[in-house]
Amino acid sequence: MARITRDEVAHVAGLARLRLTDDELERFTEQLGTVLDHAADVASLDLAGVPRTAHAMAVTNVLRPDEPRPSLDREEVLRSAPAVEANRFRVPRILGDAP
Amino acid sequence: MTDVGRVVPEDAGGAWEMVVGLEVHTELRTATKLFCGCANLFGDEPNTHVCPVCLGLPGSLPVLNQRAVELAMAIGTALHCEIRPSTFHRKNYFYPDMPKDYQISQYDEPINVSGWLQLPGGRRIGIERAHLEEDTGKTAHAGSSGRIQGAEYSLVDYNRSGVPLVEIVSAPDMRSSTEARAYATELRAILIACGASDGKMEEGSMRVDANVSVRPGPGAPFGTRCEIKNLNSLRSLGRAVDYEAQRQIALLESGDAVVQQTRHWDEGEGRTVALRSKEEAYDYRYFLEPDLVPVVPDPAWITAVGAALGPLPAERRARLVALLAGAVPAVGEGFPDPDVGVDAEGSPGVSDAEREQILTVVDLGLDGLVVAAVAGGVPARLALARTANEAATDAGAAASLDPGAYTTLLGMEVAGTLSATQVKAILSDLLAHGGGDPVELARARGFEAMADAALVTVVREAVDAHPAEWVRYRDGEEKLAQFFVGQVMKATRGQANGKGVVAELERLARE
Amino acid sequence: MTAAAIAAAVRSGERRAATVTEASLAAIAAGEGEIHAFALVLADGARRRAEEIDAQVAAGQDPGPLAGVPVALKDNLCTRGVPTTCCSRILEGWLPPYDATVVKRLAAAGAVVVGKSNMDEFAMGSSTETSAFGPTRNPRDTSRVPGGSSGGSAAAVAAGFTPVALGSDTGGSIRQPAALCGVVGMKPTYGTVSRYGLVAFASSLDQVGPLATTVADAALLFDVIGGRDERDTTSLDRPAPRLASVVGQGVEGMTIGVLAEYLEGADPAVAGRIAQAAEVLAAAGARVEEVSVPEVRLGLSAYYLIAPAEASSTLARYDGVRYGLRVDAEDTAAMNVATRSAGFGAEVKRRIMLGTYALSAGYVDAYYGQALRVRTRIIDGFAAAYERCDALLGPTAPTTAFALGAKLDDPLSMYLSDVCTIPTNLAGHPAISVPFGTGADGLPVGAQVLAPALAEATMFKVAAVLEAGAPAVGAGS
Ligand SMILES: [Mg+2]
Ligand SMILES: [Zn+2]
Repeated sequence: MARITRDEVAHVAGLARLRLTDDELERFTEQLGTVLDHAADVASLDLAGVPRTAHAMAVTNVLRPDEPRPSLDREEVLRSAPAVEANRFRVPRILGDAP
Repeated sequence: MTDVGRVVPEDAGGAWEMVVGLEVHTELRTATKLFCGCANLFGDEPNTHVCPVCLGLPGSLPVLNQRAVELAMAIGTALHCEIRPSTFHRKNYFYPDMPKDYQISQYDEPINVSGWLQLPGGRRIGIERAHLEEDTGKTAHAGSSGRIQGAEYSLVDYNRSGVPLVEIVSAPDMRSSTEARAYATELRAILIACGASDGKMEEGSMRVDANVSVRPGPGAPFGTRCEIKNLNSLRSLGRAVDYEAQRQIALLESGDAVVQQTRHWDEGEGRTVALRSKEEAYDYRYFLEPDLVPVVPDPAWITAVGAALGPLPAERRARLVALLAGAVPAVGEGFPDPDVGVDAEGSPGVSDAEREQILTVVDLGLDGLVVAAVAGGVPARLALARTANEAATDAGAAASLDPGAYTTLLGMEVAGTLSATQVKAILSDLLAHGGGDPVELARARGFEAMADAALVTVVREAVDAHPAEWVRYRDGEEKLAQFFVGQVMKATRGQANGKGVVAELERLARE
Repeated sequence: MTAAAIAAAVRSGERRAATVTEASLAAIAAGEGEIHAFALVLADGARRRAEEIDAQVAAGQDPGPLAGVPVALKDNLCTRGVPTTCCSRILEGWLPPYDATVVKRLAAAGAVVVGKSNMDEFAMGSSTETSAFGPTRNPRDTSRVPGGSSGGSAAAVAAGFTPVALGSDTGGSIRQPAALCGVVGMKPTYGTVSRYGLVAFASSLDQVGPLATTVADAALLFDVIGGRDERDTTSLDRPAPRLASVVGQGVEGMTIGVLAEYLEGADPAVAGRIAQAAEVLAAAGARVEEVSVPEVRLGLSAYYLIAPAEASSTLARYDGVRYGLRVDAEDTAAMNVATRSAGFGAEVKRRIMLGTYALSAGYVDAYYGQALRVRTRIIDGFAAAYERCDALLGPTAPTTAFALGAKLDDPLSMYLSDVCTIPTNLAGHPAISVPFGTGADGLPVGAQVLAPALAEATMFKVAAVLEAGAPAVGAGS
């Protein structure tokens, strides 16, 4: 697989909502490249037909009865918020609808 | 419901065919949220139904609500879906109304796949999937417009965050805005019948997005589609779909291409506006939610959920058709073949007007009143007409009417104790007061209609006083019935019930 | 004094919890300046709690199996009303409105929390150097790292600040610092300890576990924190463990496999100690043989795709909207960017980037999907070994503690220090690190015992035999 490029690193930073300085961009491109080179042994294996394991323990149907539980005290919730107005979390203007 | 197949605004030349698929999100009527025990309630003080889970606090973990899963399975059953082992994924994107900045949703293994919904006209629309996911919080925008554009800042309330949703994705099987509306209407009735949703589009508990494309004609490859959002009513849905199809046809006819886009319906302007194109489509980086395990419904569980389902709209329409045809069901008895559509071919003996009445009554959930009235001896056509034409004017109040009182009221009309006009007046009293005793209400309004025995005597006196007219009437001159009604009214100073008089004349004529 | 001995003395009224707590706080006051094991010392809270325990004893009540035992909590375990930062600037100012399940269970067992221990930021690291509060130093040699990410917990126990501590282990974060600091550290079977209130790094791998000076204390702590929790879907529906009593039952008749792949990259002195450990087990009546599980060689690569992928999603919530740091900006998206760029350290950013990339369109199948297939292969490889063996033996880390700063700018070499611990997390199995002598530099070596899922009893028995037969770990340089 081709080595990760500076542009790809910049694109990924955008997806992750991180701003990288030119210096960081340089360093991360190099470091991610090294780690991904190491991962090439995984990426290049022929594992067709091998199922994926996302959960180590095979458990199914863990459900909760539809019974209300007490919610949190609002003061306690809002106490840790960076900005509050009218008991809501205040954020700067939002550009555009959710994707 | 007869415009199936032939499409688009006819003034567009008629050559183009519209292709529509709908994505419907419905909030589920559970007591608690999808992954936590917070109450699933609307309109309360902001941020009062929140906990570490639905606020996405560090360290919190989701635990799946069994009732939500069962309502999803009920929807799947009602839509003839295959109910499958399913998993949850994370759909990653940043937005302030979403506390974890990912939505837990079913992705490539949804609980319901491959079903269908039959429109009342008989046509089947494919259902690709109906999956579970969580709702977001709500943002309010500060500023004069109250809208996101131009707002100085926004405020977020997470009471709705984590409310269970089922997203129902249709196949691109609809061919007109009328069909799209019929689909949404029928789906809403099904969701209500399942107990899954209150189906309120205006309040956002049922949200519809439309995928619209056009093609040169049936059989041609699908055109490039656009997704239309912000459809807050059935009317908006119909208008937006028509507008969008016209827009695309105009583009194509002027030699331009349709660009795959998400578009926003502007109700005030009556047009759709581009939100973003496919190139800007978000990379959601779906992956299996490690904090949840698969849901694997076994056959016994699926059967139990299906058995708990009440009769669905199609079955209820079939029951009304059968009642019109003279079948008298025992209480609770179903009718076979609910998937026969209520159309001219499928239900002989039902007029166009009656078909519309049946659709209305079932759509509004008032068919129980009709069934109860028929079981109480009221002729089916009268029960249907009164329910569709009068009770339906205030469907909300009618839905909570006592079927016993309703049957009594219509029975008084049948017996001739009250005139049609009087029955309508009392029905409006019942609806306005949220119930009551029809007999009491009739008395309160001074509808002291003549008792049956007294009426029989007065009619007999009128017949005896006009033997020539009686003979002509008895020999078939029906218009003379009005002569006798007039005589009786004169004798009773208008207290008699005209229908009762005619009924008594007919009885005497048969003697 | 061990936790078991303290609890016995406090329960019998022989010693006051207040006395024990003061001794712990005094040790911290004396050594913390040099070691920096804590993000936050909770002296007042600990004293109040000790008074309550003493009052319970005085009233004839039993405060529980950890009565009066001082405990250090890794700072990624939520404590209601007490700062929980994961040693990240981005969680500055956050006061959790709830307690982690393990914190509740410790409280119900009579433990006394004396502080929140230092850690690599969001548990991402193997040296406790990525903490926003500065590094922890290894009590055995303060020029060395304590390992990580639960380096603060390991150092607190090694320095004698507390007899036991809780850590979390996603890729070796309990066992590797335990090995480097010369204490016992155990990663339970995935699902046996609740994760509710453990601030997630990678949910499918994270597990809370004990650090202690003895195997018996580790088992005691595991018994207290283990068992099903309805708030954690992945917690297994099993009765709470009762393993404190199995320690000491011996290994007679067991077959122990020495895992060849774990010795491949190990420092010769470390490998020598493992050979010596195998002899101890053989002498105790176990059949010892060499075993190969070649699939574990793929563990590191798979781990550094899976864990960052999950983390990139899990850490999205640190966006400046609801809690913690906010760096204001014109609009919400810009505020998210400013907050995250200022709030996360370099290692966290690196892993978020790596994970975002591994999940992004075009790469998800080649990287993340392939790593999940490797995970299956590793589980199958272990299963084959466990057809013949009751447990496996290997080093916990390939080397002893390395110097502060030695690997900080070389992510891959840092990641390689977890090469022997990671496969266990991918498989969901339990494993424990037991101090077993020292390396050529006089620093502790950890012997690692691996066992199949839910075979903690076997694991503790083997670990106890190693503990009894281990050469002494020097008191320090
Ligand atoms: Mg959706
Ligand atoms: Zn909640």
